[in-house]
Amino acid sequence: MELLAFGDTGWGDELFYATLMTVAVSVTAMFIGFIFALIFTPLKLSKNKFLNLIGNFYTTVIRGVPELLVIYLFFFGGSGAIMYVASIFGYNEYIEINAFITGSFSIGIISGAYSTEVFRGAIQSIDKGQFEASKVLGLKKKIQFFKVIMPQMLRLAVPNLSNVWQITLKDTSLISVTGLVEIMRQSYIAAGSTRDPLFFYSFAAILYLLLTFFSMKLINKLEIKYSRGF
Amino acid sequence: MDIELMINSFPKLLIATITTLKLLSLSLFFGLFIGLLFAIMRLSNNIFLNKFSYCYSYVFRGTPLLVQIFIIYFGLGQIEYLRSTIFWIILREPYWCAIIAFSLNTGAYTSEILRSAFQTIKPGFIEAGKSLGIPKKIIFYKIQIPIAIKQSLPAYGNEIILMLKGTSLASTVTLMDLTGVAKYIISTTFSPIEVFIVAGGIYLFMTFIVHNLIKLLEKKFGYQI
Repeated sequence: MELLAFGDTGWGDELFYATLMTVAVSVTAMFIGFIFALIFTPLKLSKNKFLNLIGNFYTTVIRGVPELLVIYLFFFGGSGAIMYVASIFGYNEYIEINAFITGSFSIGIISGAYSTEVFRGAIQSIDKGQFEASKVLGLKKKIQFFKVIMPQMLRLAVPNLSNVWQITLKDTSLISVTGLVEIMRQSYIAAGSTRDPLFFYSFAAILYLLLTFFSMKLINKLEIKYSRGF
Repeated sequence: MDIELMINSFPKLLIATITTLKLLSLSLFFGLFIGLLFAIMRLSNNIFLNKFSYCYSYVFRGTPLLVQIFIIYFGLGQIEYLRSTIFWIILREPYWCAIIAFSLNTGAYTSEILRSAFQTIKPGFIEAGKSLGIPKKIIFYKIQIPIAIKQSLPAYGNEIILMLKGTSLASTVTLMDLTGVAKYIISTTFSPIEVFIVAGGIYLFMTFIVHNLIKLLEKKFGYQI
């Protein structure tokens, strides 16, 4: 137990901050994922074949390629790409991107592909009459989306989004390979310096279990809120 | 875009794909048995077996696969007693550690898929079998199992694809699978995009094959019930 003490003697405070880091990366990644979903869901639903192809390309590639490979792509390629863009604008210094940004961006892209599928499914299962009725009533497109479609979509999407959240939370363990100090990386450091990997990795597993357990409790409350009015 | 590098790295990545496929097939094989065992335990009336199976699938589905591999590969070696037993021959090899972790992980997901498949079988089928005087064992093998296979095929197909992606984690315990070799080439040549296209293409091709295979099987088992 003294291994988990707070302060200089134990790893308690380090692991606590690492847990906060995991939560921060997951939330940021989920948020970035929503932005991606917001862009790609309309593309997947559009009648234009070309736009459709782009949307399908994104979800198929990201969901068919291992997360680790995507992370390596951004980890090794991220700063190169940004330096290339910067060189166009005449900035030739070396740029190193923060591990937090690379990590949450790559996990965000992965999470976005899953969110896109969830939103697409939810919108497609809304009754066609709802679209037609709101059109007949002469609602503007914006109002139609925000007041008619979105509330119904969220009700269908929230249960599936909780799955996406779980996937995202677990995927954040993979960005430990980039050196960002989250739960996995901190356990690796602690295990290395105390030569007690069994204890620290098991503790990491418990931390992840606690995170999933409590976030599921929270999401269940959200689900109740959004499933009103059926 | 460095086309030459892409062509040169393709055979290396293809050889590494064999390791990936070996890992995948072995863990799916063991995982199916583990899954079936835990699904049966979950459906039994014995509270202890039931709770044990529930906890198993909760823990393995609630923690990242990376943690599970690290516990088995780095953690178990720490137990002095284990080092003296015959298991050590298996546990000191990263290859088998990865397979154990993958099998246990996919077993947890498979058990949930099979459990829900068994639970959705209409009780009428089993009752009909019973009233015809068919022995319990034959009801299980000839009625419940075929229907459960049909019900669980789409979900199991997804699980195979998830596991295919999961095998990439073997590269974190020094195994040179497709992702491991890809990372090696990326870090020696610093051309992540080219290698990503080739390695990602191989992964996508495998996903595509699994997807279509499952579709074919679904058609085969697609009789109405």
